[in-house]
Amino acid sequence: MTVIAVRKNPQALTMTVEAEFDAPAGRVWQLWADPRQLERWWGPPTYPATVTLHDVRPGGRVEYHMTGPEGDQPKGYWEITEAEPPKRLVFRDGFANDDGSPNTDMPVNLARVTIEEIGGGRTRMSIQSTYADTAAMEQQLAMGMEEGLTQAVGQIDAVLAEDTVRTR
Amino acid sequence: MFGALADRTRRDIVRRAIDGGEGVAELAKHYPMSFAAVQKHIAILERAGLVTKQRTGRRKVVRTNLEALRVARRLLDQYEDLWRGRVDRMAALVEA
Repeated sequence: MTVIAVRKNPQALTMTVEAEFDAPAGRVWQLWADPRQLERWWGPPTYPATVTLHDVRPGGRVEYHMTGPEGDQPKGYWEITEAEPPKRLVFRDGFANDDGSPNTDMPVNLARVTIEEIGGGRTRMSIQSTYADTAAMEQQLAMGMEEGLTQAVGQIDAVLAEDTVRTR
Repeated sequence: MFGALADRTRRDIVRRAIDGGEGVAELAKHYPMSFAAVQKHIAILERAGLVTKQRTGRRKVVRTNLEALRVARRLLDQYEDLWRGRVDRMAALVEA
């Protein structure tokens, strides 16, 4: 049973996702450290990811592309700034040009992943993403998102609230 | 836009201005601060596209731009959906 909480902080432009898995920390770390595992969860089913370079050590780099329903292949990269298996991974998550070089016209998001065992064979993972601004968030969402995603309108309280917590 | 919403007073102004019945002077009465301070908050909201000033008869009322709020809300919701999907796929892998 996965427990997940999502905290959105519009003022700091961060989103924190917390999840708990029935698996040891080493297994959860593999989701990030094994490129074949990463490919199986990074992209939505309509935009599967293919990892072409993968070095999750400090100073290392990950390169990937996604393949969309129209055959479009947006490219992305990570620049690893901190890596401490199986507990911690910090990286800059950006878009790449067709030749794999960083696309400097596009925003970079800072991701901080922490993984810790909480007993009973369970592990908690937290991912904090920080964006430079709204436009950055919007651009990232434009890549690899499912078409026709439900447009949640009406409720404005979540935007107005300082912090939204939803748990399932 | 999120920066404009980062302040409690401004969020309250956005909430009150949904009805769009009050002008700057009327809105200012709700807050324990100077008219100029409230005016400044409204100017920030206006620049962010969150409120507009509209003339109704001889008065100018402040009205919330609901479409702008929906855009902000939608961005956060989409991002949440993206990560919920990822976590579901992760769980399917590690808990199999």
